[in-house]
Amino acid sequence: MEKQIIIESLFPEIANLFGDRMNIYYLQKCLPNAEFIDTNLTSEPAFVKKPVSMVYMGPMTESQQELIIHTLLPYKAAIQQLIENGCIFLLTGNAMEVFEAYIENEDGSRIEGLGIFPDVYAKRNMMARYNSLILGEYHGIRLVGFKAQFSHSYGDNQNQYFYKVIRGCGIHPGSLLEGLNKNNFFATYTVGPFLLLNPLFIKQLLILLGIKQPTLAYEDTIMAAYRKRLAEFEKEKLKYQ
Amino acid sequence: MKKNLRFLSALFISKAAMFTQKLFGMNASYFPGKLAITLCPDFLSQIDKPETIISVTGTNGKTTVCNMIIDALMANGYDVLNNRAGSNINAGVASALISGSTLIGKAKKKIAVFEIDERSSKLIYPYVQPTYAVCTNLFRDSIHRNAHPEFIFRIISESLPKTSHLILNADDLISARLAPENTRTYFSIAPMNSDLPESINIINDMRICPNCHSALKYHYVRYHHIGNAYCPSCGFASPKSDYIAELNFKENSLSLTHASAAEHYPLITNSVFNAYNQITAITLLREFGLSAKQIQAAFSNLSIVESRYSYEKIGNTEVITHMAKGQNPIACSCVFDYVKKEPGKKEIILMLDDVFDRVASSEIMTWIYDADFEFLNDPSICQIIISGVRCEDYKLRLLLAGVAEEKLTCTPKEIDAPDYLTLSNTDKIFILHELYAAEEALRVRNKVTEQLKARRE
Repeated sequence: MEKQIIIESLFPEIANLFGDRMNIYYLQKCLPNAEFIDTNLTSEPAFVKKPVSMVYMGPMTESQQELIIHTLLPYKAAIQQLIENGCIFLLTGNAMEVFEAYIENEDGSRIEGLGIFPDVYAKRNMMARYNSLILGEYHGIRLVGFKAQFSHSYGDNQNQYFYKVIRGCGIHPGSLLEGLNKNNFFATYTVGPFLLLNPLFIKQLLILLGIKQPTLAYEDTIMAAYRKRLAEFEKEKLKYQ
Repeated sequence: MKKNLRFLSALFISKAAMFTQKLFGMNASYFPGKLAITLCPDFLSQIDKPETIISVTGTNGKTTVCNMIIDALMANGYDVLNNRAGSNINAGVASALISGSTLIGKAKKKIAVFEIDERSSKLIYPYVQPTYAVCTNLFRDSIHRNAHPEFIFRIISESLPKTSHLILNADDLISARLAPENTRTYFSIAPMNSDLPESINIINDMRICPNCHSALKYHYVRYHHIGNAYCPSCGFASPKSDYIAELNFKENSLSLTHASAAEHYPLITNSVFNAYNQITAITLLREFGLSAKQIQAAFSNLSIVESRYSYEKIGNTEVITHMAKGQNPIACSCVFDYVKKEPGKKEIILMLDDVFDRVASSEIMTWIYDADFEFLNDPSICQIIISGVRCEDYKLRLLLAGVAEEKLTCTPKEIDAPDYLTLSNTDKIFILHELYAAEEALRVRNKVTEQLKARRE
């Protein structure tokens, strides 16, 4: 008997900017027998009570980052243990910053993060919106996506990056290493929604979830959209910013 | 305010630029103001302003509301300076002020109505201080510029002068909380039969209490977060309204209760979305000092400009072009809901690509996952032809919305879309197009009407 797949979304009532909630809707289509749990701000996370296969959190507003850090802080040790044990985490947009050492405002004030990645921190500039396309590579898979953010991450992610950047920027302008990765923990500023733009990565994710021969919902269509976008992103003349 | 030589030079040069542009048939609604601010950075501060300034901002409906206010004021004999001919950023407001000033920068008119781009508030409000500041609503919009409503809320709230009297929608719990220290007048629409117990839209950016973060409960929802809500934990709730409207779509009438008295107006729209716009304008006009009678007379001759809409009937088939503002999930969701609710068997041509992005870049498509394409999953919609470069993205989105694959056809060229219409007992053909694809939409419409005419012959 196959192991029951349980996927938990953290705080979907607020961590849902830029259409990224559809990452989970799409996984529901791919995994009709999996259990999907929505954990809101006033509930105890499911990962505390039972073994979950994957935890997802999407982008949020800046004030909500603070609220979510405060909400997750009591579970920091449990989250660290889950990461060590190989539980899958997928964080998109600025959800990544919640797990970093701190977030620095323009005036130098700091919001302490969960500190699960203590070597990395974020800096906000609410007057400088950064919008860009991004092309990268993860274990031979070409990844495409968008960035739309007020903050960048700094510090050392050389040994714990998610994917290498081919065009666009990584965790900050000038960086060619995007996101954070440790075991099966994946965090990226990339939105899109990230999964819907990257069907080949979804297949990797499904393999990590224990699916031996993964097939995707609407596979022909999602692959056609991916191939067309990838071909565009690989054109030298394409404007990224 | 004392004017320096730099200001006077900038005013003179920008007036000359305005004259020249107009000579060549240009509307001169942006460049002269841009030039003036470049030459004299505190130009907006130094130029004299009309005695009464009405500003209108918000995510959706600000142009419509501005037009209603200006038309109603003009119908009642007011000479109104305004920026409706063009830009709603600081350069646009500056251009309007230049056109309404003498050579030494004195205001020629006593009243101004300015549409203000939300993000430009901070560049305008410190210098052009509105007597009345209207905010129609705040929603998610383009992620490039507007990021999210909290960001826009903060910009507007922090830049509004303390002296401005606010006109706000009590049914919008985001904009209703703007600049809490300012005096304000609220309007709302009374409960309606079509109200919902909770939001059915993908986006609802007022799910949690802004004070204690508990889940909000709604007495009723119209769309997205528009409705009446309260927090069961801390008592936070939608504000009480000063003007409460009751809508009667059957009789095209609107009853507005204010200070225990009911006033009656012609309702000039068949959608709740636009009814809010009309009520916004009426509330402002009443607070400004027009009588109900004056407003009634003005509205009896007004209609909502449908410049982004066209209608034609060939035989028994209606052909409708309708703007569906791309990158704006709320505007598109409202259009999709409208199409769904229209009676008859429908075919749809979608042409939603951003025409600028596709020239040199690749469109950021996140917004389509915030828009309610689910409304297009309806038995009355028998075919959707998706046209444009991003057709596979839209197809995937529609499949996720539950639309059957056999109803979907993709074509990368918009002009080819009519070739795929079935026209089999179709009552209505909707051509839903992006803001800047209006001309192409008309070409597509003409091809559709030619096909329909050919079938009749």
